[in-house]
Amino acid sequence: MLELRGAGFGYSPQNWVFKDLSFSVPPGTVTAVLGPNGSGKTTLARCAAGLLALQEGAVRRSETAGYVPQARGTTFGYPALDMVIMGRARHIGVFRSPGARDRAAALQAMDRVGIAALAGRLFPTLSGGEQQLVLIARAVAGGSRLLVLDEPSTGLDLKNQVRVLQLLRELVRTGMSLLVSTHHPDHALFLADSVVLMGAEGVVTGPAGPLLADAQLSALYGVRVSTLNYDDAGTPRRTVVTPFGAAEG
Amino acid sequence: MLREAQPLTTGYPGGRRGPGLRQVLGPCLLSLAVLAAVSALALASGRYNVSLAHVAQILASRIVPFGSNLPAAEENVVLLVRLPRILLALLVGGGLAIGGAALQAVFRNPLVSPEVIGVSSGASFGGALALLLGLGPIALVGGSFGFGLLALAIVFLITSGRGGAHILMVVLGGIVTASFFSALVALVTYLADPFTTLPAIVFWLLGSVSTATWAKVVVAFIPIAAGGVVLLALRWRINVLSLGDDDTTALGLRPRLLRWTVLSAVALMVAGAVAVSGVISWVGLVIPHLARMWVGPDHRVLLPVSFLLGGAYLIAIDTIARTATAGEIPLGVLTALIGAPVFFVLLRRNRERIWDGA
Repeated sequence: MLELRGAGFGYSPQNWVFKDLSFSVPPGTVTAVLGPNGSGKTTLARCAAGLLALQEGAVRRSETAGYVPQARGTTFGYPALDMVIMGRARHIGVFRSPGARDRAAALQAMDRVGIAALAGRLFPTLSGGEQQLVLIARAVAGGSRLLVLDEPSTGLDLKNQVRVLQLLRELVRTGMSLLVSTHHPDHALFLADSVVLMGAEGVVTGPAGPLLADAQLSALYGVRVSTLNYDDAGTPRRTVVTPFGAAEG
Repeated sequence: MLREAQPLTTGYPGGRRGPGLRQVLGPCLLSLAVLAAVSALALASGRYNVSLAHVAQILASRIVPFGSNLPAAEENVVLLVRLPRILLALLVGGGLAIGGAALQAVFRNPLVSPEVIGVSSGASFGGALALLLGLGPIALVGGSFGFGLLALAIVFLITSGRGGAHILMVVLGGIVTASFFSALVALVTYLADPFTTLPAIVFWLLGSVSTATWAKVVVAFIPIAAGGVVLLALRWRINVLSLGDDDTTALGLRPRLLRWTVLSAVALMVAGAVAVSGVISWVGLVIPHLARMWVGPDHRVLLPVSFLLGGAYLIAIDTIARTATAGEIPLGVLTALIGAPVFFVLLRRNRERIWDGA
């Protein structure tokens, strides 16, 4: 459970990234954060996870959030298993090293994410998608029921995007709460119960269905966006296209 | 153009299981054996030749008192001259190496060492100031520690902006800090009495363990052991810290507090080393690299192995320094003369493995 009330943050005075922002992420639901480049998605994710302190308002977390940053290399090449074990850090005493229980929890998290086979591989040698999955496994290993993910599908190929989306959906089914920032409206359509749209005119929050519509998305990205209905093996779904014909006249 | 460090991809073998007791203990025991062999050879060699059998007998006679029929001169050479010198080299070399390994983790950059980030310069100013004012050994260590920590704080403030510990900022901050304190050291030598304090300061700054006594061993042992115990106790936390502030916070730890604890411990160790032996460069850079190529970046293994190998390395170099020529080559000169080319060869040979992420 995550709740923001009247939240405001700016890197300099009078230059708010967002202001008066209120929304909550109840257990077993996903809230997606959408917006163009530079709209403050990462800043909001960091504030929600507690990496940045709000300047106004309050954020309430039922427990310490597991934060999944955007995957990028590390200076030192630790094995993937060691990276996931580090997710246990808050459960391990200051002068102690992880024990058998932490190792088991990490391996279980890797199993759950479907990357048990990567345990012995060095983190920097993994592909972007694999690194992303390791970071998700790390947050899962921490045991938090609340995850904040910063653009978990950015930079991944289609197969890995699907893999990450299905994994996140799996996690939500077990009752976890997710705050996910993304560049893909169709990922929000697939995953999200509610959305936070960070536009130039301000932030709009609400249920995903009505907000992820043509008019709202077109205004958000400043380009014509259409949603299309399709049949996904019997399940009706919507996806997003940007009709190029209009741009070419 | 210098870029942010690329990942180091040397890892331990062992795949899924990760470092169990065996992976930690194996390299440690092996480096301990290297250290013991180097120490034994160092105790035996020198202008006054003592055989290895006699060395063993002399050391054993201190533990199990039985009548020794060896000449008193041999005993004195081993116990009063060579043993304190070797212990001092072990403490200084080990302390600088483990400190270098920890600094490389904190700055997330494998090119950082106590000299590069200006700690040694700060510590040498503190020590030179204590010598100038004619204060005792406690002030020498205290001055070295205080100014070593101050230098570290300055570098850290310079690099703590939003850019993070970018290598250019770390190196620049280190250069700025080191040259500032070098200027202060020059000022101290300028003010020093050329007949009494100046020779003492200059000789001290050259870097040497030749004036080792049991008293100096104690002076070095206290700060280096204290700092080393802190670093070894935090060995796994240092792994987490090496991922960066964001990840450390996200994992539920407090990176600033942790970093300052590690930095203070390193400053304490470097200050202890500088106080008894002046500025001995390269050990803190070369040894952690060598150790990392061998055992991988996990600080649970890397830190103890760095300490043992750093000690063995400095004992070996010091033995060369006192036996190679009739006179004595200053240790700080030799570590640079030997360390720089060795490091260069290692870097070239392992370039693909270290820098290209293969």
